[in-house]
Amino acid sequence: MNVFDIIGPIMIGPSSSHTAGAVRLGQIATAIFGYAVKEANITLYGSFAKTHKGHGTDKAIIGGILGMKVDDAGIKTAIQAAAQAGLVVTFTTDRAKGYHPNTVKIQLKDKDSNEVTVMGSSIGGGNVRVSRINDLKVSFTCEYHTLIISHYDREGAVAQVANLLASSHINIAQMKLYRYDKGGEAVMVIEVDQKIGTHIMEEIKGYELVKSVATVKAI
Amino acid sequence: MLKFDEFQKIIILAKENNCRISELIIEDQIHALEISEEALIDRMTNNYMVMKDAIMTGSNTSEKSTSGLIGGDAVRMKTYADLGKSICGENLSNAIASALAVAEVNACMGRIVAAPTAGACGIMPAALWSVQQSLKLSDEAVVRAMFTASSLGMVIATAATLAGAQGGCQAECGSATAMATVALIELMGGSPNQIGHGAAIALKSVLGLVCDPVAGLVEVPCIKRNAIGVAQVFAATDMALAGIESVIPIDEVISAMKAIGDEMPTSLKETSESGLADTKTGRRIERDLM
Repeated sequence: MNVFDIIGPIMIGPSSSHTAGAVRLGQIATAIFGYAVKEANITLYGSFAKTHKGHGTDKAIIGGILGMKVDDAGIKTAIQAAAQAGLVVTFTTDRAKGYHPNTVKIQLKDKDSNEVTVMGSSIGGGNVRVSRINDLKVSFTCEYHTLIISHYDREGAVAQVANLLASSHINIAQMKLYRYDKGGEAVMVIEVDQKIGTHIMEEIKGYELVKSVATVKAI
Repeated sequence: MLKFDEFQKIIILAKENNCRISELIIEDQIHALEISEEALIDRMTNNYMVMKDAIMTGSNTSEKSTSGLIGGDAVRMKTYADLGKSICGENLSNAIASALAVAEVNACMGRIVAAPTAGACGIMPAALWSVQQSLKLSDEAVVRAMFTASSLGMVIATAATLAGAQGGCQAECGSATAMATVALIELMGGSPNQIGHGAAIALKSVLGLVCDPVAGLVEVPCIKRNAIGVAQVFAATDMALAGIESVIPIDEVISAMKAIGDEMPTSLKETSESGLADTKTGRRIERDLM
Protein backbone atom coordinates (compact mmCIF):
# COMPACT_ATOMS: atom_id res chain seq x y z
CA MET A 1 0.00 0.00 0.00
CA ASN A 2 1.23 3.51 -0.78
CA VAL A 3 -0.10 7.08 -0.58
CA PHE A 4 -1.72 6.83 -4.02
CA ASP A 5 -3.86 3.91 -2.94
CA ILE A 6 -5.35 6.31 -0.39
CA ILE A 7 -5.51 9.56 -2.40
CA GLY A 8 -6.26 8.12 -5.81
CA PRO A 9 -7.00 6.78 -8.29
CA ILE A 10 -8.18 9.57 -10.56
CA MET A 11 -11.38 8.15 -11.93
CA ILE A 12 -14.75 8.84 -13.47
CA GLY A 13 -17.45 8.66 -10.77
CA PRO A 14 -19.60 7.75 -9.10
CA SER A 15 -18.34 4.49 -7.63
CA SER A 16 -15.00 2.72 -7.60
CA SER A 17 -16.69 -0.67 -7.58
CA HIS A 18 -19.65 0.06 -9.89
CA THR A 19 -17.87 2.35 -12.33
CA ALA A 20 -14.04 2.07 -12.22
CA GLY A 21 -14.13 -1.71 -11.61
CA ALA A 22 -16.65 -2.11 -14.44
CA VAL A 23 -14.35 -0.27 -16.88
CA ARG A 24 -11.59 -2.63 -15.87
CA LEU A 25 -13.73 -5.73 -16.50
CA GLY A 26 -14.58 -4.42 -19.98
CA GLN A 27 -10.88 -3.87 -20.69
CA ILE A 28 -9.91 -7.33 -19.47
CA ALA A 29 -12.60 -9.16 -21.47
CA THR A 30 -11.51 -7.32 -24.61
CA ALA A 31 -7.83 -8.09 -23.97
CA ILE A 32 -8.64 -11.78 -23.49
CA PHE A 33 -10.71 -11.80 -26.71
CA GLY A 34 -7.91 -10.36 -28.81
CA TYR A 35 -10.07 -9.69 -31.91
CA ALA A 36 -11.83 -6.50 -33.04
CA VAL A 37 -15.13 -6.49 -31.13
CA LYS A 38 -18.27 -6.15 -33.26
CA GLU A 39 -20.86 -7.39 -30.79
CA ALA A 40 -21.00 -7.31 -27.00
CA ASN A 41 -23.71 -9.11 -25.04
CA ILE A 42 -23.58 -8.13 -21.42
CA THR A 43 -25.38 -9.80 -18.52
CA LEU A 44 -25.45 -8.02 -15.16
CA TYR A 45 -25.92 -9.76 -11.83
CA GLY A 46 -26.57 -8.69 -8.23
CA SER A 47 -26.04 -5.05 -7.40
CA PHE A 48 -24.81 -4.45 -10.97
CA ALA A 49 -28.24 -5.59 -12.21
CA LYS A 50 -30.02 -3.40 -9.67
CA THR A 51 -28.08 -0.13 -9.90
CA HIS A 52 -26.25 -0.17 -13.22
CA LYS A 53 -28.16 2.76 -14.70
CA GLY A 54 -27.58 5.11 -11.78
CA HIS A 55 -23.93 4.15 -11.45
CA GLY A 56 -23.25 4.20 -15.19
CA THR A 57 -22.02 0.59 -14.92
CA ASP A 58 -23.31 -0.08 -18.45
CA LYS A 59 -21.41 2.92 -19.86
CA ALA A 60 -18.32 1.92 -17.90
CA ILE A 61 -18.25 -1.64 -19.26
CA ILE A 62 -18.71 -0.38 -22.83
CA GLY A 63 -16.01 2.26 -22.23
CA GLY A 64 -13.67 -0.50 -21.11
CA ILE A 65 -14.47 -2.57 -24.20
CA LEU A 66 -13.71 0.50 -26.35
CA GLY A 67 -10.30 0.77 -24.65
CA MET A 68 -11.04 3.70 -22.36
CA LYS A 69 -9.20 4.04 -19.06
CA VAL A 70 -10.92 4.56 -15.68
CA ASP A 71 -10.34 8.35 -15.84
CA ASP A 72 -11.52 8.83 -19.43
CA ALA A 73 -14.18 11.57 -19.62
CA GLY A 74 -15.56 9.72 -22.66
CA ILE A 75 -17.02 6.98 -20.42
CA LYS A 76 -20.11 9.09 -19.89
CA THR A 77 -20.94 8.92 -23.59
CA ALA A 78 -19.47 5.46 -24.26
CA ILE A 79 -22.78 4.02 -25.45
CA GLN A 80 -23.04 6.64 -28.20
CA ALA A 81 -19.36 6.08 -29.03
CA ALA A 82 -20.03 2.34 -29.37
CA ALA A 83 -22.93 3.00 -31.73
CA GLN A 84 -20.76 5.28 -33.83
CA ALA A 85 -18.06 2.62 -33.96
CA GLY A 86 -20.63 0.13 -35.26
CA LEU A 87 -20.52 -1.99 -32.13
CA VAL A 88 -23.74 -3.85 -31.37
CA VAL A 89 -24.43 -3.95 -27.64
CA THR A 90 -27.12 -5.73 -25.65
CA PHE A 91 -27.73 -5.64 -21.90
CA THR A 92 -29.58 -8.23 -19.87
CA THR A 93 -30.10 -8.30 -16.13
CA ASP A 94 -30.20 -11.57 -14.24
CA ARG A 95 -31.55 -11.56 -10.69
CA ALA A 96 -30.27 -15.10 -9.99
CA LYS A 97 -28.71 -15.48 -6.56
CA GLY A 98 -25.36 -17.02 -5.73
CA TYR A 99 -23.16 -14.55 -7.59
CA HIS A 100 -20.84 -11.96 -6.07
CA PRO A 101 -22.95 -8.74 -5.75
CA ASN A 102 -21.10 -6.92 -8.53
CA THR A 103 -20.79 -9.48 -11.28
CA VAL A 104 -20.93 -9.23 -15.06
CA LYS A 105 -20.78 -11.73 -17.91
CA ILE A 106 -19.39 -10.26 -21.12
CA GLN A 107 -19.76 -12.14 -24.38
CA LEU A 108 -17.73 -10.64 -27.23
CA LYS A 109 -17.92 -11.50 -30.94
CA ASP A 110 -16.01 -10.28 -33.98
CA LYS A 111 -17.17 -10.04 -37.62
CA ASP A 112 -16.15 -13.65 -38.22
CA SER A 113 -17.17 -16.44 -35.92
CA ASN A 114 -14.75 -15.78 -33.06
CA GLU A 115 -16.27 -15.29 -29.64
CA VAL A 116 -15.40 -15.40 -25.96
CA THR A 117 -17.37 -15.16 -22.73
CA VAL A 118 -15.66 -13.67 -19.70
CA MET A 119 -17.26 -13.41 -16.28
CA GLY A 120 -15.86 -11.28 -13.49
CA SER A 121 -16.70 -9.29 -10.37
CA SER A 122 -15.81 -5.88 -9.07
CA ILE A 123 -14.50 -6.61 -5.60
CA GLY A 124 -14.01 -3.08 -4.19
CA GLY A 125 -11.85 -0.01 -4.69
CA GLY A 126 -11.79 -0.56 -8.45
CA ASN A 127 -10.21 -4.00 -8.08
CA VAL A 128 -11.69 -6.93 -9.98
CA ARG A 129 -11.56 -10.70 -10.12
CA VAL A 130 -12.09 -12.73 -13.29
CA SER A 131 -14.03 -15.88 -12.42
CA ARG A 132 -14.74 -17.58 -15.74
CA ILE A 133 -13.38 -17.67 -19.29
CA ASN A 134 -15.86 -19.52 -21.52
CA ASP A 135 -16.73 -22.65 -19.54
CA LEU A 136 -13.53 -22.65 -17.52
CA LYS A 137 -13.62 -21.53 -13.89
CA VAL A 138 -10.64 -19.28 -13.14
CA SER A 139 -9.66 -16.79 -10.44
CA PHE A 140 -7.29 -13.91 -11.02
CA THR A 141 -7.27 -10.17 -10.39
CA CYS A 142 -4.97 -8.56 -13.01
CA GLU A 143 -3.43 -6.59 -10.14
CA TYR A 144 -0.06 -7.31 -11.78
CA HIS A 145 0.77 -7.48 -15.48
CA THR A 146 -1.04 -10.65 -16.47
CA LEU A 147 -0.43 -13.18 -19.24
CA ILE A 148 -3.40 -15.34 -20.15
CA ILE A 149 -2.40 -18.22 -22.39
CA SER A 150 -4.84 -20.70 -23.87
CA HIS A 151 -2.99 -23.93 -24.67
CA TYR A 152 -3.18 -27.72 -24.85
CA ASP A 153 -2.71 -29.69 -21.65
CA ARG A 154 0.60 -31.42 -22.47
CA GLU A 155 3.88 -31.76 -20.64
CA GLY A 156 6.31 -28.93 -21.30
CA ALA A 157 3.78 -26.22 -22.19
CA VAL A 158 4.28 -24.39 -18.90
CA ALA A 159 8.05 -24.97 -18.84
CA GLN A 160 8.46 -23.45 -22.30
CA VAL A 161 6.68 -20.24 -21.28
CA ALA A 162 8.42 -20.07 -17.89
CA ASN A 163 11.83 -20.47 -19.54
CA LEU A 164 11.13 -17.66 -21.98
CA LEU A 165 10.02 -15.33 -19.16
CA ALA A 166 13.14 -16.20 -17.15
CA SER A 167 15.47 -15.53 -20.07
CA SER A 168 13.61 -12.24 -20.71
CA HIS A 169 14.20 -11.20 -17.06
CA ILE A 170 10.51 -11.24 -16.25
CA ASN A 171 9.74 -12.38 -12.72
CA ILE A 172 6.62 -14.45 -12.05
CA ALA A 173 4.68 -13.13 -9.05
CA GLN A 174 2.09 -15.90 -9.16
CA MET A 175 0.66 -18.36 -11.64
CA LYS A 176 -2.28 -20.70 -11.95
CA LEU A 177 -3.19 -23.44 -14.37
CA TYR A 178 -6.71 -24.51 -15.34
CA ARG A 179 -7.89 -27.25 -17.68
CA TYR A 180 -11.15 -28.67 -18.95
CA ASP A 181 -10.02 -32.30 -19.24
CA LYS A 182 -6.76 -34.18 -19.03
CA GLY A 183 -4.98 -33.69 -22.34
CA GLY A 184 -7.59 -31.19 -23.54
CA GLU A 185 -7.72 -27.42 -23.58
CA ALA A 186 -6.12 -25.49 -20.72
CA VAL A 187 -5.44 -21.92 -19.64
CA MET A 188 -2.41 -20.66 -17.76
CA VAL A 189 -2.64 -17.31 -15.98
CA ILE A 190 0.72 -15.82 -15.10
CA GLU A 191 1.04 -12.60 -13.14
CA VAL A 192 4.44 -10.93 -13.51
CA ASP A 193 6.33 -7.93 -12.15
CA GLN A 194 7.60 -6.51 -15.45
CA LYS A 195 5.80 -5.34 -18.58
CA ILE A 196 5.39 -7.96 -21.28
CA GLY A 197 6.67 -6.80 -24.67
CA THR A 198 5.04 -7.70 -27.98
CA HIS A 199 8.05 -9.79 -29.03
CA ILE A 200 7.44 -12.07 -26.06
CA MET A 201 3.77 -12.34 -27.00
CA GLU A 202 4.70 -13.19 -30.58
CA GLU A 203 7.17 -15.84 -29.49
CA ILE A 204 4.64 -17.52 -27.17
CA LYS A 205 2.02 -17.40 -29.93
CA GLY A 206 4.41 -19.39 -32.11
CA TYR A 207 4.65 -22.29 -29.66
CA GLU A 208 3.07 -25.49 -30.93
CA LEU A 209 1.01 -26.12 -27.79
CA VAL A 210 -0.31 -22.55 -27.55
CA LYS A 211 -3.70 -21.57 -29.00
CA SER A 212 -3.83 -17.88 -28.08
CA VAL A 213 -2.14 -15.32 -25.84
CA ALA A 214 -3.50 -12.20 -24.14
CA THR A 215 -1.96 -9.69 -21.77
CA VAL A 216 -3.60 -7.29 -19.37
CA LYS A 217 -1.55 -4.41 -18.01
CA ALA A 218 -1.49 -3.81 -14.28
CA ILE A 219 -3.64 -0.90 -13.04
CA MET B 1 10.26 1.81 5.76
CA LEU B 2 7.27 2.84 7.85
CA LYS B 3 4.66 0.25 8.77
CA PHE B 4 1.53 2.41 9.02
CA ASP B 5 0.00 0.20 11.69
CA GLU B 6 -0.26 2.92 14.36
CA PHE B 7 -0.56 6.67 13.84
CA GLN B 8 1.05 7.36 17.22
CA LYS B 9 4.31 5.82 15.94
CA ILE B 10 4.36 8.38 13.11
CA ILE B 11 3.65 11.22 15.54
CA ILE B 12 6.52 10.12 17.82
CA LEU B 13 8.92 9.74 14.90
CA ALA B 14 8.09 13.26 13.67
CA LYS B 15 8.69 14.65 17.17
CA GLU B 16 12.00 12.77 17.51
CA ASN B 17 13.17 14.07 14.15
CA ASN B 18 11.77 17.51 14.84
CA CYS B 19 10.08 17.50 11.44
CA ARG B 20 6.65 17.61 9.93
CA ILE B 21 4.76 14.35 9.44
CA SER B 22 4.60 15.09 5.71
CA GLU B 23 8.43 15.18 5.51
CA LEU B 24 8.61 11.69 7.06
CA ILE B 25 6.00 10.28 4.72
CA ILE B 26 7.51 11.83 1.59
CA GLU B 27 10.92 10.38 2.52
CA ASP B 28 9.33 6.98 3.14
CA GLN B 29 7.35 6.95 -0.10
CA ILE B 30 10.39 7.92 -2.21
CA HIS B 31 11.86 4.57 -1.11
CA ALA B 32 8.61 2.60 -1.19
CA LEU B 33 7.74 3.66 -4.74
CA GLU B 34 11.36 3.84 -5.91
CA ILE B 35 10.86 7.28 -7.48
CA SER B 36 12.45 10.70 -7.06
CA GLU B 37 11.01 13.30 -4.72
CA GLU B 38 10.15 15.42 -7.74
CA ALA B 39 8.21 12.59 -9.40
CA LEU B 40 6.43 11.81 -6.14
CA ILE B 41 5.36 15.43 -5.61
CA ASP B 42 4.35 15.72 -9.27
CA ARG B 43 2.09 12.72 -9.00
CA MET B 44 0.35 14.07 -5.91
CA THR B 45 0.15 17.53 -7.52
CA ASN B 46 -1.67 15.93 -10.43
CA ASN B 47 -4.22 14.51 -7.98
CA TYR B 48 -4.68 17.95 -6.41
CA MET B 49 -5.18 19.57 -9.83
CA VAL B 50 -7.93 17.06 -10.66
CA MET B 51 -9.53 17.85 -7.29
CA LYS B 52 -9.49 21.58 -8.03
CA ASP B 53 -10.85 21.01 -11.55
CA ALA B 54 -13.74 19.07 -10.04
CA ILE B 55 -14.50 21.99 -7.69
CA MET B 56 -14.54 24.41 -10.65
CA THR B 57 -16.65 22.10 -12.82
CA GLY B 58 -19.18 21.38 -10.11
CA SER B 59 -19.44 25.01 -9.02
CA ASN B 60 -20.48 26.12 -12.48
CA THR B 61 -23.07 23.59 -13.51
CA SER B 62 -26.51 22.51 -12.43
CA GLU B 63 -26.29 19.26 -14.35
CA LYS B 64 -28.45 16.46 -12.98
CA SER B 65 -27.04 13.04 -12.09
CA THR B 66 -27.92 10.00 -14.21
CA SER B 67 -30.75 9.18 -11.81
CA GLY B 68 -32.00 12.78 -11.87
CA LEU B 69 -32.02 12.81 -8.05
CA ILE B 70 -29.35 15.43 -7.50
CA GLY B 71 -27.57 18.34 -9.15
CA GLY B 72 -27.42 22.10 -8.68
CA ASP B 73 -26.88 22.22 -4.92
CA ALA B 74 -23.26 23.41 -5.24
CA VAL B 75 -24.39 26.39 -7.30
CA ARG B 76 -27.18 27.06 -4.81
CA MET B 77 -24.73 27.01 -1.87
CA LYS B 78 -22.16 29.14 -3.69
CA THR B 79 -24.74 31.78 -4.57
CA TYR B 80 -25.87 31.87 -0.96
CA ALA B 81 -22.28 32.03 0.35
CA ASP B 82 -21.55 34.97 -1.94
CA LEU B 83 -24.31 37.01 -0.27
CA GLY B 84 -22.05 37.12 2.81
CA LYS B 85 -24.89 36.43 5.22
CA SER B 86 -24.25 32.80 6.08
CA ILE B 87 -23.96 31.70 9.68
CA CYS B 88 -20.93 29.56 8.80
CA GLY B 89 -18.95 32.51 7.54
CA GLU B 90 -17.16 32.91 4.23
CA ASN B 91 -14.59 30.12 4.57
CA LEU B 92 -16.89 27.36 5.69
CA SER B 93 -19.83 28.18 3.43
CA ASN B 94 -17.51 28.24 0.43
CA ALA B 95 -15.94 24.95 1.55
CA ILE B 96 -19.41 23.41 1.83
CA ALA B 97 -20.15 24.60 -1.71
CA SER B 98 -16.87 23.04 -2.91
CA ALA B 99 -17.61 19.70 -1.25
CA LEU B 100 -21.06 19.64 -2.86
CA ALA B 101 -19.45 20.53 -6.20
CA VAL B 102 -17.00 17.62 -6.19
CA ALA B 103 -19.54 15.11 -4.90
CA GLU B 104 -22.00 16.24 -7.61
CA VAL B 105 -19.34 15.92 -10.31
CA ASN B 106 -18.79 12.38 -9.06
CA ALA B 107 -22.50 11.56 -9.24
CA CYS B 108 -22.66 13.03 -12.75
CA MET B 109 -19.87 10.72 -13.99
CA GLY B 110 -17.24 13.45 -14.00
CA ARG B 111 -13.55 13.04 -13.14
CA ILE B 112 -12.63 12.95 -9.43
CA VAL B 113 -9.93 11.59 -7.14
CA ALA B 114 -10.94 8.85 -4.73
CA ALA B 115 -9.93 10.34 -1.36
CA PRO B 116 -9.99 7.83 0.13
CA THR B 117 -13.04 6.64 -1.85
CA ALA B 118 -15.25 8.02 -4.61
CA GLY B 119 -18.18 8.28 -2.19
CA ALA B 120 -16.16 10.58 0.09
CA CYS B 121 -14.33 12.42 -2.69
CA GLY B 122 -15.61 15.92 -1.82
CA ILE B 123 -14.21 16.41 1.68
CA MET B 124 -10.45 16.58 1.08
CA PRO B 125 -10.59 18.89 -1.99
CA ALA B 126 -13.02 21.29 -0.30
CA ALA B 127 -10.99 21.54 2.91
CA LEU B 128 -7.64 21.90 1.12
CA TRP B 129 -8.82 24.46 -1.44
CA SER B 130 -10.49 26.54 1.25
CA VAL B 131 -7.37 26.76 3.41
CA GLN B 132 -5.16 27.38 0.38
CA GLN B 133 -7.24 30.43 -0.49
CA SER B 134 -7.56 31.83 2.99
CA LEU B 135 -3.87 31.40 3.87
CA LYS B 136 -2.67 32.18 0.31
CA LEU B 137 -0.61 28.99 0.22
CA SER B 138 1.27 27.58 -2.75
CA ASP B 139 0.02 24.41 -4.44
CA GLU B 140 3.17 22.65 -3.27
CA ALA B 141 2.52 23.43 0.40
CA VAL B 142 -0.95 21.95 0.10
CA VAL B 143 0.30 18.94 -1.85
CA ARG B 144 2.91 18.18 0.84
CA ALA B 145 0.21 18.19 3.52
CA MET B 146 -1.71 15.63 1.44
CA PHE B 147 1.01 13.12 2.37
CA THR B 148 0.17 13.60 6.04
CA ALA B 149 -3.48 12.95 5.20
CA SER B 150 -2.51 9.83 3.22
CA SER B 151 -0.47 8.46 6.09
CA LEU B 152 -3.50 8.57 8.37
CA GLY B 153 -5.54 6.92 5.60
CA MET B 154 -2.96 4.13 5.36
CA VAL B 155 -3.13 3.53 9.11
CA ILE B 156 -6.94 3.39 8.99
CA ALA B 157 -6.81 1.02 5.99
CA THR B 158 -4.33 -1.22 7.87
CA ALA B 159 -5.96 -1.18 11.30
CA ALA B 160 -9.61 -0.91 10.18
CA THR B 161 -11.07 -0.31 6.71
CA LEU B 162 -11.86 2.47 4.24
CA ALA B 163 -14.73 0.60 2.55
CA GLY B 164 -18.36 1.41 3.26
CA ALA B 165 -19.27 -2.20 2.50
CA GLN B 166 -17.06 -3.30 5.40
CA GLY B 167 -17.28 -0.45 7.89
CA GLY B 168 -20.17 1.79 6.91
CA CYS B 169 -19.97 5.49 6.09
CA GLN B 170 -17.72 6.11 9.12
CA ALA B 171 -15.02 4.29 7.12
CA GLU B 172 -15.51 6.47 4.02
CA CYS B 173 -16.67 10.00 4.94
CA GLY B 174 -15.32 9.49 8.46
CA SER B 175 -11.83 8.64 7.24
CA ALA B 176 -11.90 11.50 4.72
CA THR B 177 -12.88 13.88 7.52
CA ALA B 178 -10.00 12.76 9.74
CA MET B 179 -7.56 12.83 6.79
CA ALA B 180 -8.54 16.36 5.80
CA THR B 181 -8.28 17.47 9.42
CA VAL B 182 -4.66 16.34 9.79
CA ALA B 183 -3.72 18.05 6.52
CA LEU B 184 -5.32 21.29 7.68
CA ILE B 185 -3.68 21.22 11.10
CA GLU B 186 -0.26 20.77 9.48
CA LEU B 187 -0.96 23.60 7.02
CA MET B 188 -2.02 25.84 9.90
CA GLY B 189 1.30 25.16 11.64
CA GLY B 190 0.01 22.71 14.24
CA SER B 191 2.32 20.24 15.98
CA PRO B 192 2.39 16.45 15.44
CA ASN B 193 0.62 16.06 18.80
CA GLN B 194 -2.13 18.42 17.72
CA ILE B 195 -2.45 16.44 14.49
CA GLY B 196 -3.03 13.26 16.51
CA HIS B 197 -5.67 14.91 18.68
CA GLY B 198 -7.37 16.53 15.67
CA ALA B 199 -7.54 13.18 13.88
CA ALA B 200 -9.09 11.56 16.96
CA ILE B 201 -11.59 14.39 17.49
CA ALA B 202 -12.67 14.26 13.84
CA LEU B 203 -13.01 10.50 13.65
CA LYS B 204 -14.81 10.21 16.99
CA SER B 205 -17.53 12.55 15.74
CA VAL B 206 -18.52 10.20 12.91
CA LEU B 207 -18.29 6.83 14.67
CA GLY B 208 -21.29 4.67 13.99
CA LEU B 209 -22.27 6.40 10.76
CA VAL B 210 -23.89 3.79 8.53
CA CYS B 211 -23.80 3.42 4.75
CA ASP B 212 -27.46 3.44 3.62
CA PRO B 213 -27.57 4.92 0.12
CA VAL B 214 -31.01 5.34 -1.45
CA ALA B 215 -31.41 2.94 -4.39
CA GLY B 216 -27.76 1.95 -3.96
CA LEU B 217 -26.52 5.15 -5.59
CA VAL B 218 -23.67 7.40 -4.42
CA GLU B 219 -26.07 10.33 -4.17
CA VAL B 220 -28.48 10.33 -1.22
CA PRO B 221 -27.26 10.89 1.49
CA CYS B 222 -23.61 10.73 0.34
CA ILE B 223 -23.36 14.15 -1.28
CA LYS B 224 -24.66 16.12 1.69
CA ARG B 225 -22.58 13.99 4.06
CA ASN B 226 -19.52 15.22 2.16
CA ALA B 227 -20.64 18.79 2.78
CA ILE B 228 -21.28 18.24 6.49
CA GLY B 229 -17.95 16.41 6.64
CA VAL B 230 -16.10 19.61 5.78
CA ALA B 231 -17.81 21.42 8.66
CA GLN B 232 -16.54 18.67 10.96
CA VAL B 233 -13.04 19.08 9.53
CA PHE B 234 -13.05 22.79 10.32
CA ALA B 235 -14.40 22.23 13.84
CA ALA B 236 -11.89 19.47 14.64
CA THR B 237 -9.00 21.51 13.20
CA ASP B 238 -9.83 24.58 15.27
CA MET B 239 -10.33 22.53 18.44
CA ALA B 240 -6.95 20.82 18.01
CA LEU B 241 -5.20 24.13 17.28
CA ALA B 242 -6.84 25.62 20.38
CA GLY B 243 -4.99 22.95 22.37
CA ILE B 244 -8.02 20.76 23.03
CA GLU B 245 -7.01 17.14 23.43
CA SER B 246 -8.89 13.95 22.66
CA VAL B 247 -9.26 11.79 25.75
CA ILE B 248 -9.19 8.66 23.58
CA PRO B 249 -6.00 8.48 21.50
CA ILE B 250 -6.29 8.24 17.70
CA ASP B 251 -5.24 4.58 17.37
CA GLU B 252 -7.86 3.55 19.93
CA VAL B 253 -10.48 5.56 18.05
CA ILE B 254 -9.51 3.68 14.88
CA SER B 255 -9.84 0.35 16.76
CA ALA B 256 -13.27 1.45 17.98
CA MET B 257 -14.25 2.29 14.41
CA LYS B 258 -13.20 -1.20 13.33
CA ALA B 259 -15.16 -2.83 16.17
CA ILE B 260 -18.27 -0.75 15.39
CA GLY B 261 -17.95 -1.62 11.70
CA ASP B 262 -17.68 -5.32 12.52
CA GLU B 263 -20.77 -5.17 14.72
CA MET B 264 -22.75 -3.10 12.22
CA PRO B 265 -25.35 -5.24 10.45
CA THR B 266 -24.81 -5.95 6.75
CA SER B 267 -28.13 -4.23 6.02
CA LEU B 268 -26.42 -0.92 6.89
CA LYS B 269 -23.21 -1.49 4.96
CA GLU B 270 -23.83 -0.37 1.38
CA THR B 271 -26.53 -2.96 0.71
CA SER B 272 -29.40 -0.43 0.74
CA GLU B 273 -31.57 -2.80 2.77
CA SER B 274 -32.08 -0.55 5.77
CA GLY B 275 -31.73 3.03 7.06
CA LEU B 276 -32.49 5.88 4.65
CA ALA B 277 -32.65 3.45 1.74
CA ASP B 278 -35.55 1.67 3.45
CA THR B 279 -37.65 4.79 4.14
CA LYS B 280 -40.96 5.34 2.35
CA THR B 281 -39.38 7.96 0.10
CA GLY B 282 -36.20 5.95 -0.39
CA ARG B 283 -38.17 2.92 -1.57
CA ARG B 284 -40.36 5.06 -3.85
CA ILE B 285 -37.27 6.53 -5.50
CA GLU B 286 -35.83 3.05 -5.90
CA ARG B 287 -39.05 1.80 -7.56
CA ASP B 288 -39.17 4.83 -9.88
CA LEU B 289 -35.61 4.22 -11.03
CA MET B 290 -36.11 0.55 -11.80
